Amino acid sequence: MADHAVAEHTPHLRHHFDDMHQQFDSATFGMWVFLLTEIMFFGGMFGAYTVYRSMYPDAFAATSNFMNPAFGAANTAVLIVSSLTMALAVRAAHLGQQKVLQLMLVLTMVFGTAFLVIKGFEYHEHWVDMKVPLFAGHWAWDGPNAPPQFAHQAQILFCFYFFMTGFHALHMVIGLGLMTTILVMARKGTFGPDYYAPVEVSGLYWHFVDIVWIFLFPLLYLIGHTKNLV
Amino acid sequence: MHPITPVRTYVLIWAILTILTFVTFYVSTKDLGPFNVVVALGIAAFKMSLVIWFFMHVKTDNPLTKLFVFAGFFWIAILLALTLGDYFSRAWMPLGKFW
Repeated sequence: MADHAVAEHTPHLRHHFDDMHQQFDSATFGMWVFLLTEIMFFGGMFGAYTVYRSMYPDAFAATSNFMNPAFGAANTAVLIVSSLTMALAVRAAHLGQQKVLQLMLVLTMVFGTAFLVIKGFEYHEHWVDMKVPLFAGHWAWDGPNAPPQFAHQAQILFCFYFFMTGFHALHMVIGLGLMTTILVMARKGTFGPDYYAPVEVSGLYWHFVDIVWIFLFPLLYLIGHTKNLV
Repeated sequence: MHPITPVRTYVLIWAILTILTFVTFYVSTKDLGPFNVVVALGIAAFKMSLVIWFFMHVKTDNPLTKLFVFAGFFWIAILLALTLGDYFSRAWMPLGKFW
């Protein structure tokens, strides 16, 4: 038997990696490759949105007035705070501060849940407001702010609105599931200075979902408030 | 692994992101003509860059990861540029006999 150089290493090091640094870099790189597929997923919707908005700019502007920017702005603020607590959770994991890590993960989940609750109230408002296209009996286009010539195109923007915010909300739910898993692992004391890659990559996902909302907010809520309607 | 970022940096980035959210909201109440969408997307892109660079630690990632992050957004640029190039220029072409 040849002599093996037996090196002491953390139990978290998988044997196909040279060291923890390489393992960490591979994990974050892999997560970024997954996030690129997510960029393609949302990119398709943003692309379709761009085409239709360029076709019907006035209709989209008029329709955007039926969305409530107060909800959108509140949700943007909530999501940005959750990104801060997420970043602080990763930092705490890296430093091995177990209590801070758990607190920050819980706060991230609280803000994420707050986002979904606000979104729920907003969807309810649209439901009552008769602004849900494709559902018979829950779409109406009337009143002084609803130019009749935009009756069909308004439904296109609201379809984009529900699909894009809906898929975003789905990503938030998945993110909350991820955070629950990470919190359970954190409570077992899994993470420390030499092993925090799962926290880091979950953070990458969380921040990505935040970025999607950063674009959804101005593109859906804020396009109509500058235009004087017919 | 990344070097430890001070809490101050994270809080500063959060403050800038929040201020920019108010800015984007305020600017949307002004009519800048064709610049409405330019300003809105410019601010959003800047916010995105802050999140990617600092919160997602791309600042201290290795060059390979940086390249992939760049590639992702370059891909989105291709998607939008070629799609819009098609839609904007369709009306310029006379319809041929095959249409």
